[in-house]
Amino acid sequence: MPLLTINKISKRYERTPAVKDVSLDVERGEFFGLLGPSGCGKTTTLRMIAGLEKPDSGTIVFAGRDITSLTPEARGFGMVFQNYALFPHLNVLENVAFGLRARHKAKSEVTQRVALALELVQLPGYEKRNVGELSGGQQQRIAIARAIAIEPALLLFDEPLSNLDVTLREETRSELRELVTRLGLTAVYVTHDQEEAFALCDRISVLAAGIVLQTETPRELYEHPAGVTVARFLGRNNLLRAMRLSSMKTELGEFRTLDGRHNLRLPVKPGDLPPLNQPCTLSIRPEHVLLSRGNTQIDENVFPAVVREIQFAGATSIIKLDADGLLLEALVLRSDEFALNDSCKVALPAGRIALLKD
Amino acid sequence: MTLVKLRCQQAELPCSKTESCYRWSGRCDETFNLAKQTVMNSLRPSPRWVLQFVVIVILLYGVIYPNVDTIVASLQRDGRWTLANYLDLLSQRLALEAILTSIGVSIATVLLCALIGIPLAFLFERYTFPGRNVFATLAALPLVLPPLVGTVAFIFLCGESGILARVVQRALHLQSPPWSLRGWGALLLFHAYTMYPFFYVLTGAGLRRIDGGLAEAGRSLGAKPLRVLFRIVLPQLTPSLIAAGLLTFMTSMASFSAPLLFGGNVRVLTLEIFNARQRGDQSMALTETVVLAVISLGALLLFQRYEGTRKFAAAAMKGAPRRQRPIAKGRTRLLAFLIGVLCSTFLALPVATLLLASFARDGQWTTQTLPPAYTLANYVRILTEKSGSAVFFNSLSMSAIAALAALFWSFCVVTLATTIKRRVMRRLLALLILVPWALPGTVVAVSIAEAYGQPSLLLGSFILVGTFWILPVIYFLRFMPLVVRALQASMEQIDPALPEAAGSLGANWWQRFRRVSLPLAGPGAIAGTLLAFVIALGEYVASVLVFVPKNRPVSIAIASELRDFNLGSAAAYGVVLMVVIAVTMIVATRLERNSTAL
Repeated sequence: MPLLTINKISKRYERTPAVKDVSLDVERGEFFGLLGPSGCGKTTTLRMIAGLEKPDSGTIVFAGRDITSLTPEARGFGMVFQNYALFPHLNVLENVAFGLRARHKAKSEVTQRVALALELVQLPGYEKRNVGELSGGQQQRIAIARAIAIEPALLLFDEPLSNLDVTLREETRSELRELVTRLGLTAVYVTHDQEEAFALCDRISVLAAGIVLQTETPRELYEHPAGVTVARFLGRNNLLRAMRLSSMKTELGEFRTLDGRHNLRLPVKPGDLPPLNQPCTLSIRPEHVLLSRGNTQIDENVFPAVVREIQFAGATSIIKLDADGLLLEALVLRSDEFALNDSCKVALPAGRIALLKD
Repeated sequence: MTLVKLRCQQAELPCSKTESCYRWSGRCDETFNLAKQTVMNSLRPSPRWVLQFVVIVILLYGVIYPNVDTIVASLQRDGRWTLANYLDLLSQRLALEAILTSIGVSIATVLLCALIGIPLAFLFERYTFPGRNVFATLAALPLVLPPLVGTVAFIFLCGESGILARVVQRALHLQSPPWSLRGWGALLLFHAYTMYPFFYVLTGAGLRRIDGGLAEAGRSLGAKPLRVLFRIVLPQLTPSLIAAGLLTFMTSMASFSAPLLFGGNVRVLTLEIFNARQRGDQSMALTETVVLAVISLGALLLFQRYEGTRKFAAAAMKGAPRRQRPIAKGRTRLLAFLIGVLCSTFLALPVATLLLASFARDGQWTTQTLPPAYTLANYVRILTEKSGSAVFFNSLSMSAIAALAALFWSFCVVTLATTIKRRVMRRLLALLILVPWALPGTVVAVSIAEAYGQPSLLLGSFILVGTFWILPVIYFLRFMPLVVRALQASMEQIDPALPEAAGSLGANWWQRFRRVSLPLAGPGAIAGTLLAFVIALGEYVASVLVFVPKNRPVSIAIASELRDFNLGSAAAYGVVLMVVIAVTMIVATRLERNSTAL
C-alpha cells in the first residue's frame, strides 16, 4: 500500500482553478517529484499535502488515515520552503529547535537532536549564529535541518534550491539526495527544473495547468513522453507533424511527415495506432538523430538534408538541419566534420521515434 | 524618525501597497487583505466570538452611535424631524463664509505645502551633499510638534511682539511692529510650517519606491531629463502626492489652534463650532459638525475611489535601486547646503524660541528683543505646584490609557479581520475604523459629547461627559486607527511562509502567534502605540471642548497660561511636553532599529 495517496484533489483560487483532479501515489522511502512550469499547480498540490491549503474536493490519505482536513501542525510533515522561511528573530539553534519545543521535548533531548541535525547538514557548531549572517547555501541547510529535526513522517520540498547559484545547487542536490536516502525518509519535491528532478527523483509527476500529464521514472519520461506537452517540457526535442499511411503491416506503422513529405516507419502497438489520414505528432531526441556525410549503415528512415546552423556548446554541438522543409535538430559530439550549407544524410532510427498522444 | 514614517504611512489608505502585497494577493484593493493571509493560519481556531463581541461593542459605542446620534440631532428641532438647522446654516452669511473659508484655506495649504515639500524631497532624496542627513531628519520635525505648542512657539517668534518682528523693527527704526501675525498670511505660514512634511516624507518614500531603471530606460530612449521627470517620475509619484494632498487637506480642515490664536478675522468651521458651543447654540454646533464631517469624509472617499482605479503593477522591482547622486559642482553644492541650512534654521527657530521664552521671567519681557532676565522659576512653578504637576499627571495617564487600550484593540481588530470571510464585511470594518481618524477632533469631541452628555440609549443613566473618562475615551477613538494601521503594516511585512513554517513544524495557533507573529509584528505595533501616545499628549482640539477640572490636560494649561499672559510658564509647559515627546521618539527609534536588525 502506498504511504501517501492523493485522490482527485481540486483547488480553486477565486475563479481560477489551480489544481484539477490530481491523483498521486507515493511509496514509502520514495523520492517523488512534482515537475512543471510555473503556475502549473505543483506548489498548490504540495501545500495541500502539507495542510497549508484545504482542497475543495478530493481526499489525502497518509498511512491509511484520511488527513484531508487535518491542520498542518497535526500532520508532522517537515517542509522546506523556497525562501527557507527561517525565523529572523531566532538564532540557528532556536530555529532548528522550534518544532521540538512546540512538541515540549526535554531540554537535553532538544540540544542533542539539534546538534545531530546540524551535523547531518554539515554545519555542526553553528547553534549560536544569527540566521541573517549565514550565506544562502547555509540558510538552505538550516532550513533542511529544521525540517528533519522533527523526524518528519514525510519531507516536503518547495523548490528549495532555486535561490542558489548553479554550482552550489548541483552540490547541494547530491547531498540532499544522499541525506534523504540515509535517513530513510519519504520526500515530495517540487521543482520547475527538469534536470534537477531527473537527478533527484525516483518517480516524477509532470503537471501542466493543474493536471497530471504523466507519472513515471525519469528515464521513461524522457524517452517515452506521453504527450506533446511533456515532450516539449522535458529538454530539447524534435516534434514532427505526420500522417499515418495505410499499411498492411500491423507491427510497423508507416507515416509521412507533413513538412518535407518523408516516409517514416516506426514500431507501434496495434492499440496505439492513430486513425488514418489524421495529423499526429512524432518525436525524436536530438541525440538520437544520426548524421553522416556518406552512406550510413541504417537504411530505414534516411533522407538528405542541408546544414543550416551550428551551435557550438563545448562538449557537444547542436546542428540544425533542413530536409526539404522538415527542420530537425541533431546533437553531435563533433561538429568540425560539418560546415554551413553542407549536404549530408540524416537517419532517424525507428526504435527511437515515439508516437505522442495529443 | 520611526514615528514620522509611521504617521505618514497612515496616509497611504486604503492599502499600504507594499511590494509583498502585490506578490501575495496579485491584487491590492482591500485593507486587511494581506494581514488576513498572514494571520489566517496563525490563528485559525481563535476564540472568535469574544473578539467579535469586543469589536462590535466598541465600534457601536465609540463610532456608530455617537455619529448617528449627532446626525439625528442635527435633523431635529424640539423633537420633530426637520431640515430647519441646515436651512438656518445656509441663511447665515457667517456660517457659509466659514465653510468656504475652511475649504479655501485647506486648498491653499495643500498647494503651498506641495510647493515646499516636493522640491525638498527631490533635493534630499536624490542628491548627497554635506549635512544632508541632518537636514533630511530635521525636515520632518514639525510632524511630531503638537499643534498648540507650535502655535505658541510661532507667536514668540513671528508674532507682532515676537523676536523676529522686534529685530526688524530695531534694525529699520520703525515706530510700530513691521507686521502683525494675524489673518490669512499668518495662518497659511503656520500651516505650511506644520504640514509640509506630509508632502516631504511621502514624496521621499515614493521616490525611494520608484524603480530607478525606468528613468534610465527613458533616458536611453532619448528623453531629456525634464521629459523623464514629467512623463515617467511624476506619474509614478501621483499616488504618493495624492495621499500627501489628502492628508494635508484633512489636517488643515481640522486645524483649530492656529485659527484660534492668530486666525484673526479668518473664520473657519472648527472655530465656528467651538464658538457656537460657547454661545450655547447646541443645534448650530451639531449642524456645523455634520457639515465638517461630510467634507472630511468626502475627501477621504474621493481619494479611495481614485486609489481603486489607479494601480501600478510595479511588483517586480529588480535591479539596482536608485542611487543618490552626489552634487559635484562647487556652486550647486554650496547652494544645496545653503538651502539645507536655511530650512533647518527655519524649522528649528520656533523650538529654540520656545526654549528661550521658557526661561524668561514672567512679566519682565515686554519691549526688549530678547528676554532681559532668565530664571528657572517657570519650571519650578509648573513642576512643583500642585495644579502644574496634576496637569502632567493627567495628560500622561490619559494618553497612556488611550494608547494601551488602542494597542489591545488593534490586536483584536487585526485578528478578527483575518477570520472574516466576506469582503463586504471586511471593508465595512476597515471603514468604521477609519471614520474617527478621518473626522476632525472637533467632530469626534462634539459627537461623543452629544451622545453621552445626557442619559442615553446605550449607557442608561450614566453620563460620560463631566467625568475623568471622557478624554481617554476620545483620545482612544481618535488615535486608535494609527495603532491599527501600524500593526497591520507590520503584519503585512511578515513573510506568510513564516507562520506556515511554524505550523508545519508542529506549532499550534497560540505558539505560532506568540513565538512568530508577535515577536515580528510587536515592535511595529509598539511604535504605533507610542505615536498615538505622543499625539494624545499634546491633544488640544477635542480636549478644549469637553475637559473638566478633574482631567485638565497640559494643552489646556498652556492655553490658559497664554490667556493670562504668563508667557514663560506657557513656554515651559511646551518645552516639558516636547522633552517627553523626544524621549518617547528615541525609544521608538531604538525599537525600530532593533526590529530591522533582525
